Amino acid sequence: MTTPMIEIDTVTKYFGDKLVLDRVSLTVNPHEVVCLIGASGSGKSTLLRCVNRLVEHDYGTIRLDGVAVEDAAFGKTGLQKRAGIVFQSYNLFPHMTVLDNITLAPRRVHGVARAEAEARGREVLTRFGMGDFAVSYPEQLSGGQQQRVAIARALMTRPDVLLLDEITAALDPELVGEVLAIIRGLKDEGMTMMIVTHEMGFARECADKVAFLDGGTILEEDAPERLFGSPRKARTRAFLQRIVESGRL
Amino acid sequence: MTDDNPAQAGPQRNARRGPPPPPPSRRFDWRAAAAPAAIGAVSVVVVFGALSWIVTSAEQWPRIKLQFFNIDAMVAAFPRVLRGFWVNMQVWLTVLACILVWALVLAIVRSLRAPWFAPFRLMVVIYIDLFRGVPVLLLVLLFGFGIPALNLPGLPNSGLFWGSVAMVLSYASYVAEIYRSGIDAVHEGQRAAAKSLGLSEWQTLRYAILPQALRNVVPALMNIVVALQKDVALLSVIGVRDAVREAQIYTASTFNYSSLIVAAGLFLLATVPMARLADYLTRRDRERRLQVAG
Repeated sequence: MTTPMIEIDTVTKYFGDKLVLDRVSLTVNPHEVVCLIGASGSGKSTLLRCVNRLVEHDYGTIRLDGVAVEDAAFGKTGLQKRAGIVFQSYNLFPHMTVLDNITLAPRRVHGVARAEAEARGREVLTRFGMGDFAVSYPEQLSGGQQQRVAIARALMTRPDVLLLDEITAALDPELVGEVLAIIRGLKDEGMTMMIVTHEMGFARECADKVAFLDGGTILEEDAPERLFGSPRKARTRAFLQRIVESGRL
Repeated sequence: MTDDNPAQAGPQRNARRGPPPPPPSRRFDWRAAAAPAAIGAVSVVVVFGALSWIVTSAEQWPRIKLQFFNIDAMVAAFPRVLRGFWVNMQVWLTVLACILVWALVLAIVRSLRAPWFAPFRLMVVIYIDLFRGVPVLLLVLLFGFGIPALNLPGLPNSGLFWGSVAMVLSYASYVAEIYRSGIDAVHEGQRAAAKSLGLSEWQTLRYAILPQALRNVVPALMNIVVALQKDVALLSVIGVRDAVREAQIYTASTFNYSSLIVAAGLFLLATVPMARLADYLTRRDRERRLQVAG
């Protein structure tokens, strides 16, 4: 049996007295795409952020490629190098050009020489159709373009895992497609991804596995066709029903 | 549905025929602007004319004029007051540079969250409470007279130096708080992004947060710059021969206060443009924020 790329084992997390994750377990195998769906406040984003320790979980274990995320073996920056994250609101640095944004971590954290980092940066940007915007500032770009840069930034260190936190939620509907196309491309290349999303159509098409979170627990976890086609839990059915009614499936 | 479908033509409400209307004329319309401008000008002349008539026709006016607006006294005092004012400007710039750097150090120490930084954070909190709570004048007197009197070996002995140090210590406590507000105002997502890229706390501050924070606080800092420009005159109380001190010396020998008016004029000459610049920077900053928000 291969080592899972991400192994979340009975993870619990409190924000103050509020229980946000209650003994959650989830496995993401290499080259797998797992989508987390659920209402706002169900703990999806928190779970995602526990993987790269943006949020520290309270109980349980999270392993990346078989090593606990808080293990000293990762050093100070090893975990961040191997698990890239992309946020809903892009979070690009507004005072830096696109190229400076994506080469910041390689140069300052991983000690890559400027020329080398920029060469790779331009290569990644070109791949995402952003080659002409290397010296633009984020505010000069559309939301979709900014999000493509943010994905490029997360990929600069050649991570094993990509964590995507509602990356299309802030985009105009007509810009969603260009970002999802990139994610499809990454899936075809075999990138392991954990994706929090409200795009049910995308989850159905791209995910190997979909997990439905409700009230801090994974209520149901299945292949997309089964979870969307014949959900077992009433709560899941109700959630999907509401999504259908709002026209997002 | 679509307007290129001839079958659906119907009443062509939104059909575009020919070129769009030209952009509206932006030419300055003299006739439309003349009336308000004339009314404004006339009312200014009337109000200020009436005021100056009331003031100058007062019984005491000749005495006031002699005491404060004596042209001969002004001309006589001008060279020495100007020389003093040059001292003000030099002190202002030097003290300002020191404040901006020292306050930045304080703000950085205060915003670093690493646990082993706790004692330094506490020191900064106490420092800011202390120096913000004590009048600048008191500090200037304490440092400017007190420390030179100690004759400390190896340290400068001039009142000017220690008075300036007092100004730096006091003002830096305000400026550190301004910096800190700028740091706090940077969106939390920026920290999250930096952290998830593997940047250390210091690198996060240095590359992600501070550049944005400093840009945020420029308007607030400009007000401090203007305030400092005048407050440098406090050093006159410890005998620094700045514009105010020179004017006072003249007054002491002639019993005429026109020299102080000269000094006031020089200060205004320096502070009014700075205040306008501050206004301009604030406005530009606001527009930039609105643009980003829109």
